[in-house]
Amino acid sequence: MTGGRATSPIVRADGLRKRHGDVVALDGVSLELDAGSVLGLLGPNGAGKTTTVRILSTLIRADSGHAEVAGFDVARQPREVRRRIGMVGQYAALDGLLTGRENLVLLGRLLHLGRAGARTRAGELLDRFGLRDAADRPVRTYSGGMRRRLDLAASLLAHPPVLFLDEPTTGLDPVSRAELWVVIEELVADGVGVLLTTQYLEEADRLANQVVVIDHGQVIAGGSPESLKRGVRTSRLEITVARADALTDACDALTRVSGTKPDVDVVAGSISVFLQDSLDQLSAIAQALQAAGVEVADLAVHRPTLEDVFIELTAPHRAPVTTDAVGGPR
Amino acid sequence: MNGSDVMVLTGRHLLHFRRSPGRFIGIAMNPLVMLLAMGYLFRRSIVVPGSGDYVDFLMAGVAAQVGLASVGPAAIGVSADLREGIVDRFRTMPVAQASVLLGRTVADLLLSAVALLVVTTVGLMLGWRPHTGAWSVIVGFGLLLGFLYAMEWFGVVLGLLLREAETIDSIGALVLVLLSFLSSAFLSIQGLPEWIRPIAAWNPVSVVVSACRLLWGSPAAPTPGLPGQYPLAAAWATVVLLLVVFVPLASHLYRRAAER
Ligand SMILES: Nc1ncnc2c1ncn2[C@@H]1O[C@H](COP(=O)(O)OP(=O)(O)O)[C@@H](O)[C@H]1O
Ligand SMILES: [Mg+2]
Repeated sequence: MTGGRATSPIVRADGLRKRHGDVVALDGVSLELDAGSVLGLLGPNGAGKTTTVRILSTLIRADSGHAEVAGFDVARQPREVRRRIGMVGQYAALDGLLTGRENLVLLGRLLHLGRAGARTRAGELLDRFGLRDAADRPVRTYSGGMRRRLDLAASLLAHPPVLFLDEPTTGLDPVSRAELWVVIEELVADGVGVLLTTQYLEEADRLANQVVVIDHGQVIAGGSPESLKRGVRTSRLEITVARADALTDACDALTRVSGTKPDVDVVAGSISVFLQDSLDQLSAIAQALQAAGVEVADLAVHRPTLEDVFIELTAPHRAPVTTDAVGGPR
Repeated sequence: MNGSDVMVLTGRHLLHFRRSPGRFIGIAMNPLVMLLAMGYLFRRSIVVPGSGDYVDFLMAGVAAQVGLASVGPAAIGVSADLREGIVDRFRTMPVAQASVLLGRTVADLLLSAVALLVVTTVGLMLGWRPHTGAWSVIVGFGLLLGFLYAMEWFGVVLGLLLREAETIDSIGALVLVLLSFLSSAFLSIQGLPEWIRPIAAWNPVSVVVSACRLLWGSPAAPTPGLPGQYPLAAAWATVVLLLVVFVPLASHLYRRAAER
């Protein structure tokens, strides 16, 4: 530590800009990551997630802006930064011709763990990531999930305090994904700061303490997953009618109560409305439906998901989205 | 840069060679075929002006061809590394980029040196003999190793420029054929069309081959121009010059390639 406040962020980026020829990949991205926490960098394909991570991990240089990792400038002190980071890129950074163990021993020796130290550490990590049986097979023969685990193991060799994970669970089956989440949670509990990029809202919701949403190289929202969800949209009530011919009656009744036209899904026989102040409105809706003689088969309140947030935030930049699509996360 | 890092990285490539020995065949085969075809099958039909035994003449040429044959495999190796993504991992670790390229080229050099040993052994079996003192013979092989090392770096440059394995294969083959036939490796330069002779005389292959012939007391065909007047100085200067050009160029291209 260089005498900063105990709470000073372990990764800090300020106004990062980067262009690749004509393409503006980053247009002023700022973010902060605290030790022992997870920052989720959320964005659609091409948003600039990988570019951000590559700048922070010293792989490429920003055109302008400033970034620090553990107090060291990524552009001016890359060696110091490299001593303190682990990086799992979007594609496994391993040697396919070598076995899993040889990969880890090679990298461990380059990290100056010594010949014996590297062997021991490699063994530990292979066990921890369930790769003991595959340890002496060439990595070329590994499945995607095994590769990803070995890649993560490789980035943990030297116990780095900062870990960058670029879409770590993309392409993984649900079981491998859940396993990886557990590993990440263990690391965070040990005090590691994790910057994780993802396209999966669920993942950010589950793991991240803070989320930064980027699109077209710009930060369009930030905060805790909870605050993001609160800020964007209220809960949604979904009513499924018992008989399809009651749909119009129900729709009319709801329009009268809520003052706006609800979204109707004719196929499912369901209607959804947004709730402003849930309870009062909920009872008014129930009474209106009863008065109209509509038989209700199912009634469900949906809390907003990060997906709602995401669609809402990125929608203005994209092709026009119909109200039906906005209302109906699946 | 760090000596032990270089050794560890060299070890990585040596493991590769053990896993896929095809690389070695790629390097040793061409010179061996040349040696057997010209030194054994056609030895009676080839007469080199001012010289005695053709195998004695041929040996230095074939030895230099090991260097040319190393270019393609070295290029394929570095381009495969970039694709593998492990280069990205090295670059997020406190490992000097110089160590990465040194490790690669040193391993390539070791492989080529083994090929040179095989070719030399076959040459001895076909009747090649040096006619000078041990010291001269060693200096000749030292010069060849220097040339091989320069060719490894040439390969790295080519690999970083071309990237695609198929392209590298065809360009590598072209390099091998052009540079060995536009030289004094197999035949006398005097037999080439007149306008090509100066090019062939300055061809690094000719320069290195002429110096080796001198150092080994092998029959030599006359070489026009400066390289013919100062064969040893020209040879060492050529090797140094090649390294001075290719090493920084390779480093520059490597940095640029890895940043994509
Ligand atoms: N090497 C490159 N050359 C040209 N354009 C690039 C390069 N890398 C990224 N880009 C562009 O920059 C933008 C951001 O890319 P990236 O950071 O990979 O996004 P993400 O990881 O969020 O999908 C995209 O439009 C992408 O096409
Ligand atoms: Mg990406």
